[in-house]
Amino acid sequence: MPNIVTKRPLNPTVTYMELDCPEIARKAKPGQFVMVRPDERGERIPLTIADYDPVRGTVTIMYQRVGVTTQKLDLLNAGDNVLDVVGPLGNPTEVEGARRAMVIGGGVGSAIAYPQAKGLHASGVQVDVIIGFRTKQLVLLEGSFRRSCSNLYITTDDGTYGEQGFVSSKLSELLSEGRQYDLVIAIGPVPMMRSVAQVTEPYGIKTLVSLNPLMVDGTGMCGCCRVRVGGQTKFACVDGPDFDGHQVDYDELIIRNSVYRAQENAAKEAHACNLQKMADAARKGGDR
Amino acid sequence: MADMTSPRCPMPQQDPAERAQNFQEVALGYTPEMAVQEAGRCLDCKRPFCVEGCPVNVRIPDFIARVADGDFEAAYQIITSTNGLPAISGRVCPQESQCEARCVRGVKGEPVAIGRLERFVADWHLAHHAQPAQPAQPNNYAHVAVVGAGPAGLTCAYDLAQQGYAVTLFEAFHTIGGVLVYGIPEFRLPKAIVHRTEEDLRSLGVQIRTNMVVGRVLTLDELFQQGYQAIFLATGAGLPNFMGIPGEGLAGVYSANEFLTRINLMHAWREEYDTPLPSGKTVAVVGGGNVAMDAARCARRLGAEVHLVYRRGREEMPARAEEVEHAMEEGIHFHFLTNPTAVIDDGAGRACNLNCVRMELGEPDENGRRRPMEVPGSDFLMAVDTVVMALGTSPNPLIRMADESLEVNRRGCFVVDEETMRTSREGVYAGGDAVTGAATVILAMGAGKKAAKAIMKYLDANQQV
Repeated sequence: MPNIVTKRPLNPTVTYMELDCPEIARKAKPGQFVMVRPDERGERIPLTIADYDPVRGTVTIMYQRVGVTTQKLDLLNAGDNVLDVVGPLGNPTEVEGARRAMVIGGGVGSAIAYPQAKGLHASGVQVDVIIGFRTKQLVLLEGSFRRSCSNLYITTDDGTYGEQGFVSSKLSELLSEGRQYDLVIAIGPVPMMRSVAQVTEPYGIKTLVSLNPLMVDGTGMCGCCRVRVGGQTKFACVDGPDFDGHQVDYDELIIRNSVYRAQENAAKEAHACNLQKMADAARKGGDR
Repeated sequence: MADMTSPRCPMPQQDPAERAQNFQEVALGYTPEMAVQEAGRCLDCKRPFCVEGCPVNVRIPDFIARVADGDFEAAYQIITSTNGLPAISGRVCPQESQCEARCVRGVKGEPVAIGRLERFVADWHLAHHAQPAQPAQPNNYAHVAVVGAGPAGLTCAYDLAQQGYAVTLFEAFHTIGGVLVYGIPEFRLPKAIVHRTEEDLRSLGVQIRTNMVVGRVLTLDELFQQGYQAIFLATGAGLPNFMGIPGEGLAGVYSANEFLTRINLMHAWREEYDTPLPSGKTVAVVGGGNVAMDAARCARRLGAEVHLVYRRGREEMPARAEEVEHAMEEGIHFHFLTNPTAVIDDGAGRACNLNCVRMELGEPDENGRRRPMEVPGSDFLMAVDTVVMALGTSPNPLIRMADESLEVNRRGCFVVDEETMRTSREGVYAGGDAVTGAATVILAMGAGKKAAKAIMKYLDANQQV
């Protein structure tokens, strides 16, 4: 069972967690993910590998507390074990041949976009970054991004930090000013990735989006993560998770990701009191 | 001389109305008296055709003779000399098309209930012998990696370990069993039996590594570098097929694998588990195999009205006869000669109707099965909120993606030597659905056995050099 090495909040809703997983760390590449099951009764959920250190043997995940599973995960602390961590799964992002890249992150997607920027920057590619958030309080990894790119642009929906607006409008502005990129990587909410792909399409810029469909096994078995890409059915776990942003059927993806929304909300409410009990118990345990 | 007029002893079962509301086992098993009585029907043929009909050649008349004598433990020893997992095969084998199809008594009457007797003997042993299996001889010189812990992998690991070889069993999921745990429901194969198999394997010295995806985390080269001298690939045929009809991406459309995995492996039907449950009120299951029956019967147990849609007729269904009967008894509506052409959107992205056409059977195709053809103008709508596609599966792609040196055929199955199960790479063997495409548990077990034998031969030859 992988041990939690470090855990800290990145913003009020997103947590950084470094796990001791030497075999995964040795193989991980940007763009891949792990399947995580926090406890015996838990769900298996996919989380993108946000960073990895083959020397220390650690893998970092960054997650937003949105459902029961991420809430349960968040009750664990450094020194605790996570029941199951499986990976690295999915294909690494294909960045070969890129010379000028734009990496775009939306919300918690920025945390996942960070290793892409870092990896490209380290391999000598010129990297610009746009990260966007709802509001100032949610901005994360600003310093890390600054060290890993030539130009960093930050947008907030409400204008409380950086420039007001969406990442896609910032990208559109840069492109219309004549900024040239041969690769755009977009990671974030589905509507954001779609907007970015719409902006780059007329320019013919290769645009990779990292899709986040629901998954059960993550190894090509359940078909839950199927997405329509270029009119064909693809499984994000074995064929992706990165796909050509100009070919993805985003409407279908949004529908498929909403399948369990009602149940998830009900479960969240039902579990809220249980989670409180578990949190209290964990705190007591910590006092001893 | 056995009484040639006696019918076979019926299997005690849970009442259909009751069992359609629970996940407990449907078939309750013979009592010792029933087993002895049924065993008395065996003719002990000089040339036992039943044994030829068994993919793992269980010595059927021998074990049945011991059952007739009431020596159940001796019967168990005879079965397990060729079949390490009789509690499983006794429950899930399609006996009617294998051993029992060849039984001489079946020519004029009912064949001996070989499967039920096998199950009885295995259950009797489990109930009376708490001691897990022990290796035949310790002989830990050669290390074998078995990749995938489904029926083929379990059997291969069991046979190798029993002969004293050091085996590590790699499994991508958090628990071993493969299709036995994620696919076949509790009411057909209680998971306690798979857990007992796990205890047996551990007791035989098998190292079990769950959560390990060979192909992604470790390559075959790395396994050899780590000191494994032979590898058995039993990665199954997990990748689900879809029909390619409009609307398959809608909410409410599932592969049978997803539907069953959520219910069986992740226990979504139990309140205390977190995995969300497919919540359909009216469910159409498309397909005619055992997986389709399992999905339909699970949906029924979750309270849904269930429609089974199959493009051929009842005669052509590949499912075990018993599963079809059980499904019918449980109130599942069968629509034969019916084929879906589209899943209809309710306007909000959810399935609300299945558009179907009637079919008729034409000339036999190259496999001898009559080809279904659409009846023009026969379209109709079936009102459903959930559609489960149980159309078969293709081999898992992860290992062939990671190791291009392995020869695969057009369908993505590993190509192996039929006798030895060896792949195109020395020291690498493969078997089960990963080689044949989706087939049965017992064929996979047979392949695991064959591979174990070939691997032992290969390792012993290498050892002498």
